[in-house]
Amino acid sequence: MTALKPVLSKHWNEADSFTIAGYQRNGGYEGMKKAFAMEPDAVIAAVKDSGLRGRGGAGFPTGMKWSFIPQGDGKPHYLVVNADESEPGTCKDTPLLMANPHSLVEGMIIASYAIRASHAFIYIRGEVTHVIRRVQQAVNDAYAAGYLGKNVDGKGFDLEMIVHVGAGAYICGEETALLDSLEGFRGQPRLRPPFPAIAGLYACPTVVNNVESIASVPAIFYHGVEWFQSLGTEKSKGFTLYSLSGHVTRPGQYEAPLGITLREILEMSGGVRAGHTLKFWTPGGSSTPIFTAEHLDVPLDYEGVGAAGSMLGTKALQIFDETTCVVRAVLRWTEFYKHESCGKCTPCREGTWWLVQILKDLENGVGKAEDLEKLLDLCDNILGRSFCALGDGATSPITSSIQYFRDEYLAHLSAGKCPFDPVASTLFVGARA
Amino acid sequence: MKDEALLSQMDSIIARYPKSRSAIMPLLHLVQASEGFVTPEGVELVAKKLDLATAEVAAVATFYSQYKRRPVGDYHVGVCTNTLCAVMGGDAIFAGLKDHLGIGNDERTPDGKVSLEHIECNAACDYAPVIMVNWEFFDNQTVESAKELVDQLRSGNPPAPTRGPKTLPTWKENSAVLAGISDGRANEGVQAGPASLAGLEIAHERGEA
Repeated sequence: MTALKPVLSKHWNEADSFTIAGYQRNGGYEGMKKAFAMEPDAVIAAVKDSGLRGRGGAGFPTGMKWSFIPQGDGKPHYLVVNADESEPGTCKDTPLLMANPHSLVEGMIIASYAIRASHAFIYIRGEVTHVIRRVQQAVNDAYAAGYLGKNVDGKGFDLEMIVHVGAGAYICGEETALLDSLEGFRGQPRLRPPFPAIAGLYACPTVVNNVESIASVPAIFYHGVEWFQSLGTEKSKGFTLYSLSGHVTRPGQYEAPLGITLREILEMSGGVRAGHTLKFWTPGGSSTPIFTAEHLDVPLDYEGVGAAGSMLGTKALQIFDETTCVVRAVLRWTEFYKHESCGKCTPCREGTWWLVQILKDLENGVGKAEDLEKLLDLCDNILGRSFCALGDGATSPITSSIQYFRDEYLAHLSAGKCPFDPVASTLFVGARA
Repeated sequence: MKDEALLSQMDSIIARYPKSRSAIMPLLHLVQASEGFVTPEGVELVAKKLDLATAEVAAVATFYSQYKRRPVGDYHVGVCTNTLCAVMGGDAIFAGLKDHLGIGNDERTPDGKVSLEHIECNAACDYAPVIMVNWEFFDNQTVESAKELVDQLRSGNPPAPTRGPKTLPTWKENSAVLAGISDGRANEGVQAGPASLAGLEIAHERGEA
């Protein structure tokens, strides 16, 4: 049985956990001081050695990303943190920033020191006002403490940190769309190469990292690289936040070493809601192909989930029980991708529109059996054919649900309607009735 | 909308960025804080401040769903109807509120108090079904609790958010926060809700924290 490992969430039960006093009482900004005792290149090497990989979905090694920034090039370097948490099911960075924003600020100072950036940005979605208050206060308090501004902590380098608030666009979680948005344009993805490490913000070398990736950095320096390496699995090191939601007894944030299984998390948290059984779930948000009860023992690390046919993504474990219609669920996700497609690339813009039309007919029981093949054909013509991964993500729930639940799609056609009662899946009947 | 205080706030926002055009989004939030929505005059003012064409500012203002092009209520109610919230009750809540308020999606009550919108995932899935009012969290909603909530909003007696400040700010007040103007309320409210602490509590029970 894998044990939980609260690190980022360890002090969330303390009422002042979000303040600089609360953070420093528990060792806050000590990791920064240890990093400052090292040369910047050694800091990059330590993060590389730790094995930390991106927690925003793709799992790219964080230290390697930092090492791609050309040094001595005479250009400004930028650090941009992606706090545009919007992937359906994903709800880890939001509670992290509400309860512990200084872990991000401290991690950003270490990262900026390492890549030699004098400006760092936090791009945070605009629909979480109280989280924005907490982050702005944390940045202000870090300035007051001398950890930001001129001559950071007496180390002889300057760092300005800017909190930039978005305005409602899922696409801005895609790193190049985020950069366009931060530059003051419509948030639309860029063609790569050049990658942000060479030509990112204002066409200068830029590191874009997820909140949780950067917030994990102080602990690496505070506890040591070997400590971090001792957690997790062979290629997926460290601890991470798993976000459990849906038809479960106890939804919430579960911080554990990478490689824990859904069975273990459900066993320790009271399982699926009483009287019901697991039907399908996402391992890492709606863009990751769905799993079923046969995947309960898949190790939730980058390799394990990948080998089982999905992606670790954001570790957003959305649990749906047998009362849920999979066609309805997939239709709703598809409507989301259609709404959020930025319109730049034709396969995604037009393709998601057609996916919705076909899925609507199937859900309403007025489609045809051959529509399933048409859906798969459309997905085949969307996947990999646009600038960014939004269109790819839109195909994941469709292809995976047809793989596991083809009969349920067909049952809609033979019944001439959706065979499920939507009331049965709500929380107001059953447990709370 | 050209009073001195607003113009000087705009200048201080622009000064934060290495390049002025990056200030376009906070300036549009600030226009909403002043006018309630992105007015044509607001677009012109932002364009003038940033030395851009009005079409360039309008292009940005129309891309992002939080920028409104007509007035919303003092309390803008967003019901999450993305898959997980929808399945767990969000669809029923949204239908119930439309019926209760007598308005449709993206519409406002005649008294101007409340507007209604179905929203996408708001990163609070462990508190589903979720409602946002002026982008503050109202967690674990039911059809009945949602109706009671909007009744309180309309009667001028807004309840406190579940995870947020002690009292509910208006749409304009919170738009100023989004523009980066502090309201000094970061210390109010809980540091974490119950679901955020679920794993930590279980870790303590199991001797793993």
